Amino acid sequence: MVIIQDTGERIPLTICGIDAKKGTVSFAFHEVGKTTKELGLLCEGQCIENVTGPLGNPSEIKKFGKVLCIGGSIMIAPLLLQAKAMREAGNAVTTVLGARGKEFLMMEDEAKALSEKVYIATDDGSKGHKGLDFLKDVLAKEKFDRCVVMGPVVMMKNVSEITKPYGIPTVVTLTPIMIDGMGMCGVCRVTVGGKVLFGCVDGPEFDGHQTNFDELILRQRMFLPEERLDSVLWELGGCQCGRSKA
Amino acid sequence: MAEAKPKPKIKKEAIEMRKQEPKVRAKNFNEVALGYSKEEALEEASRCLQCVKPQCIEGCPVSVPIPQFIKCMREEKYAEGIKVIKTKNALPAVCGRVCPQEEQCQAKCVMGKIGQAVSIGRLERYLADWERDNGATAPEKAPSTGKKVAVVGAGPAGLTVAADLAKRGHQVTQFEALHLPGGVLVYGIPEFRLPKAIVRNEVNYIKTLGVDLRLGNLIGRIHTIPELMKEGYAAVFIGSGAGLPEFMGLPGENLGGVYSANEYLIRINLMKAYDFPDHDTPIRVGKHVVVIGGGNVAMDCARSSMRLGAEVCLVYRRSRDELPARKEEVENAEEEGLVCKFLAAPLRFNGDEKGWVKSMDCICMELGPADASGRRRPVPIKGSEFTMETDTVIIAIGQTPNPIIQRTTTGLVADPRHGTIPVDANGKTNLEGVYAGGDVATGAATVISAMGAGKRAAQAMHEYLMSKK
Repeated sequence: MVIIQDTGERIPLTICGIDAKKGTVSFAFHEVGKTTKELGLLCEGQCIENVTGPLGNPSEIKKFGKVLCIGGSIMIAPLLLQAKAMREAGNAVTTVLGARGKEFLMMEDEAKALSEKVYIATDDGSKGHKGLDFLKDVLAKEKFDRCVVMGPVVMMKNVSEITKPYGIPTVVTLTPIMIDGMGMCGVCRVTVGGKVLFGCVDGPEFDGHQTNFDELILRQRMFLPEERLDSVLWELGGCQCGRSKA
Repeated sequence: MAEAKPKPKIKKEAIEMRKQEPKVRAKNFNEVALGYSKEEALEEASRCLQCVKPQCIEGCPVSVPIPQFIKCMREEKYAEGIKVIKTKNALPAVCGRVCPQEEQCQAKCVMGKIGQAVSIGRLERYLADWERDNGATAPEKAPSTGKKVAVVGAGPAGLTVAADLAKRGHQVTQFEALHLPGGVLVYGIPEFRLPKAIVRNEVNYIKTLGVDLRLGNLIGRIHTIPELMKEGYAAVFIGSGAGLPEFMGLPGENLGGVYSANEYLIRINLMKAYDFPDHDTPIRVGKHVVVIGGGNVAMDCARSSMRLGAEVCLVYRRSRDELPARKEEVENAEEEGLVCKFLAAPLRFNGDEKGWVKSMDCICMELGPADASGRRRPVPIKGSEFTMETDTVIIAIGQTPNPIIQRTTTGLVADPRHGTIPVDANGKTNLEGVYAGGDVATGAATVISAMGAGKRAAQAMHEYLMSKK
């Protein structure tokens, strides 16, 4: 959980790199709202108010056999960290990198370095396969023991639907809206296998075949108007109606 | 024959404390109760009988020497008065505001038998506020013992333990999971009941005792308790509170606009969502807010909602007589416009096409025979279902302890049903050197009972530390 300044909001970011020697952790994020845009403006040497973590349960890393790792847009970064750990645990890793268009793809070389095979997919078909339907052919030919997906909720939903008929255990990483990130507020509740669980303390990884993605998609959008307003006002340099900082 | 001097007549009624007008305060987040003036405080202090065997002290969970501090006040020795309080209570400005004195010290006050009890809480508040305005004197500390202690959580219990152990010369490191210290005092209790500047001030006092406060440090995840012991902490106190919200398990509970009381209050208090967009955390409060529950937390949610412009209806499954909230809070809330719907319980929440709550189906209840808690149990009345329009629902039916520490501390016994950590009268858990107190040991209770538990644990921890080489 990261809060940039005392008037800021707390946002969950997924760790995508650790350097024990330097004592650093890395995050990758898209600049979508005010907080991430502000975070993107910070320069080397500047401070953020508070970082708490790592939170949530550690990923399950062990030898499964053949692991299919699927990452979407910005979540490719943390996915590759996990793919690397999977490989080090003795698994054969196949990677799928997906994004809206080719300009959102990243870390192809890193993926190639640790995978048996890398597939590329874009929504608009600007690079690699168009959409994720090609996975059905892949799965028809090749057997995987586990599938790990990190990316936008819609993508995780699609992948889970594709892998289900093949009976491949599919782990999705959910980052619903969170405030404290340690089990206090319950805004991150998700329904998994008919049970209501908290993304922050019971997750972030859940069984993709049991997750109610439609509910999650609605819950992700709960504060969309406010998020947009905050972002637009910030870009304008403050609220223009006079009640706020000018 | 000389006539006996007439005894000065003692006023039977307590001096009322001034409050913001209901219509005004229902629109702002400033503190409702305004405190005594000097004259009012002195007059109220003069009502204390200075009993030889004071009952009030027995009613106080931390045994503040009440008649003694009131005596100092009467003599206008304010600095001395606050010093007397602080021998037992490290958070007087907080306790003077949020303690249920009517059930504790004031319930035992002899004046209560002939009229109204002395307003002990208001006097405590006066002294604490006097100190804040006039500058605190540096607290006295015992010489260093060289012992390292870890305190987990910076809420009422943890702050009390940290203060007591630091005063006794131990080196205290306090770990707080959130980015601000205070626990429920900052995330739960609203600004209009307890201004956050007051909490900051009390925390600063504890820092002047030399406590090393580390924020954003969730014990159980970042370090475990066995790891702390290995790092050289000779004893650990767990005061992690009851922060896990309870839900009802009803259909539609995950619709947008359905908040847990914790989420609602954290957004408003900790993250200051009432000041959106100057603070970045949003909250959406509709026109018709329904609060489910009847405790102090439910009142806090209801009163916050009114301040954010909503009409609020409280739905409680028992009747007014069983409301667990402080009477004063219920009165304040009703003055501000709260409507109560007693003897009703929700059945399901219905949403619109965008997944936002739009109505709530309820059923009427009647009171049956008493249950295990001694309160009459509500029983649904067949065929009495009705529907309420609402766009915001707040579920304030209770909190249980956060399970992270219990799950990650090897060997620590936890109650599987309530999630609490069982302790003896001194706060000792089943693990050597590990103590716990406050809501994590008792389940959700009051600020002062957590502080009382902290006091007892600190005493026991001190003895334990000194008995070890």
